[in-house]
Amino acid sequence: MSGLSLNGVCKSYGPVNVIKNLDLEVISGEFLVLVGPSGCGKSTLLRMIAGLEEITDGTISIGDRIVNDLPASQRNLSMVFQSYALYPHMSVRKNLAFGLTNLKMSKDEIKRRVDEASEILQIGNLMDRKPRQLSGGQKQRVAIGRAIVREPELFLFDEPLSNLDAELRVQMRVELAGLYNRLGTTMIYVTHDQVEAMTMATRIVVLREGKVEQVGTPYELYNRPQNLFVAGFIGSPKINMLETKCQSGNGASQIEIEDFGSAEIARLGSDSTAITVCVRPENFEINGSGVLSAKGKIVLIEYLGSELYLHLELSSGKRLMIKAPSKAEHLVGDEMSITIDIDNCHYFDEAGLRIEPAKMTEAA
Amino acid sequence: MPDTTIANHELNLASQSVEAKNTNAAEISKQLRANRHKRESRQALLKHLFLGFFAILMLYPLLWMMAASVKPENEIFGNLSIWPSAFHWDNYAHGWNRMQVSFTTFYANSFLVTILSVIGNLISCSFAAYAFARLTFDLKKFWFALMMMTLMIPYHVVLIPQYVLFLELGWVDTYLPLVVPRFLAADAFFIFLMVQFFRQLPRELDEAAMIDGCSPYKIYWAIIMPLSLPAMATAGIFSFIWVWEDFLAPLIYLNDMNNYTVPLALRLFVDQDSQSAFGQMFAMSVLSLVPVILVFVIFQKLIIKGIGMSGLK
Repeated sequence: MSGLSLNGVCKSYGPVNVIKNLDLEVISGEFLVLVGPSGCGKSTLLRMIAGLEEITDGTISIGDRIVNDLPASQRNLSMVFQSYALYPHMSVRKNLAFGLTNLKMSKDEIKRRVDEASEILQIGNLMDRKPRQLSGGQKQRVAIGRAIVREPELFLFDEPLSNLDAELRVQMRVELAGLYNRLGTTMIYVTHDQVEAMTMATRIVVLREGKVEQVGTPYELYNRPQNLFVAGFIGSPKINMLETKCQSGNGASQIEIEDFGSAEIARLGSDSTAITVCVRPENFEINGSGVLSAKGKIVLIEYLGSELYLHLELSSGKRLMIKAPSKAEHLVGDEMSITIDIDNCHYFDEAGLRIEPAKMTEAA
Repeated sequence: MPDTTIANHELNLASQSVEAKNTNAAEISKQLRANRHKRESRQALLKHLFLGFFAILMLYPLLWMMAASVKPENEIFGNLSIWPSAFHWDNYAHGWNRMQVSFTTFYANSFLVTILSVIGNLISCSFAAYAFARLTFDLKKFWFALMMMTLMIPYHVVLIPQYVLFLELGWVDTYLPLVVPRFLAADAFFIFLMVQFFRQLPRELDEAAMIDGCSPYKIYWAIIMPLSLPAMATAGIFSFIWVWEDFLAPLIYLNDMNNYTVPLALRLFVDQDSQSAFGQMFAMSVLSLVPVILVFVIFQKLIIKGIGMSGLK
């Protein structure tokens, strides 16, 4: 079990810089998830760690070793691919044993490891089947088994659940989390699915255009996003963003939000006059009577069973997403009033960086 | 009339109407089925007549040759009927041993040249194709374009320079000019065929194998080759047929009759003295087709077998 360090790592394809001077420390034994929109470089980064892509600049270290020039097979890591990449012409047993055979391991040791992996993943009854005779979930288990048998220092997962149906994805998510608890090996996991990232990660790295936007626990990312991009990216449904005029005086700031009016809040740690207030869908009070209230018309209702999401159009034409209890009786076209929960707002300056209100800064 | 009676009456009327509609729909459906059946039968008959006509047209020369191989000499060109008046099976026995050298030798020579050529083509072309499809090296596109250009050069253009080269090497009247180029990936068509196939194989397989400790060479042998049976079978079949029936190259490079391949030997029937032996020539021609047909029948299954081999999503 080892940590991983990326120092000043860059990757370019000709004139296109995919990864830009990236620094990252992965703590030994943690489950780190890389998330970001398509094309942000998360899979490229994973492949660079794996040794499948050469890096243009910087160093990658696994444990104490700099592995820049080591081939993939000598980095003591395993990778699970999005498409499983099982060898179609080999049985499950041979798929699991193939890497170990290449390492010239003794037959007894190979058997022990393969049997152990098949027991952990409960694929003992599939060992003589070919990959084409397996379901998607079974293939995924075998792919994970192939990674386990190597007993690596580092596991890499490249969107391993994205080809599974919703039900199986949830099941495999639980199984992967269980596997992590059991093995305790460092895992780096790439996904674009926020639920996967939030539920499995010990820490999440949010990437955009080859740069790290924020690294933190799921709680930190959700509750204290460091910039507007992270605020917008983490959380489903998406956070509501409201352009706001702000005037800061001694000890207080006055904010004015279109449709909602104005309110005095604890002084923001910035002199910006145009800030963005972000409010998560659950941080609105329905039919509330506090300051920063607005009226709007329901234009769409999304019923999710345990809750409702209301698409509300304000008089200015701006649309907001509001979370409501599932038993609330709302109809499309209904007028309703909402109030912003000021204590749970996030503030960002013109550059999109987080601003802490004085109270919160003091509390921290 | 009480309300319930009225309701029942309306219900009866409604159910009668539904029954009538159902009966009507069943009749229409039956009629449509019958029409469709009639139309399809007519189309099928036309298709079969068309295909049958062309099948006979294509097969006629072959059938004629097979018939000629068992006809008496005077009947071959004198009688247009395919069916012989008498079966002269001794054309086969006499034809086999008619030359100073028996056809056993010619067949052995042909098999030697063909099998070595097929092996050479499969190994060298698949190596070259793997390099073009999977490896990165300088000027890859240029070399690929150059290789493709050789497809466009007619064989007859390079015939003389090639002959001079092999003459200088002292290879004339040996099998080396026929076999050695096959081990040097000289057949661009097969390289192109395999490149196209290899490109379809997911790169994740190579990458998984790299992590599993395979070198590019091992990836080729352990992963790419076993998954490429359909492409190999196609290349193998074509290679076998083309080399087996090749007449020009053996004609140029082989002088000693003991080295002749079957197509060259068949020509001897025509070149012989005034005593023609067309029946025997056709008999040997029929026999020369047997290996080609057998190879095709046996290995074509491999082309189909490759489909459905997938360990991917």
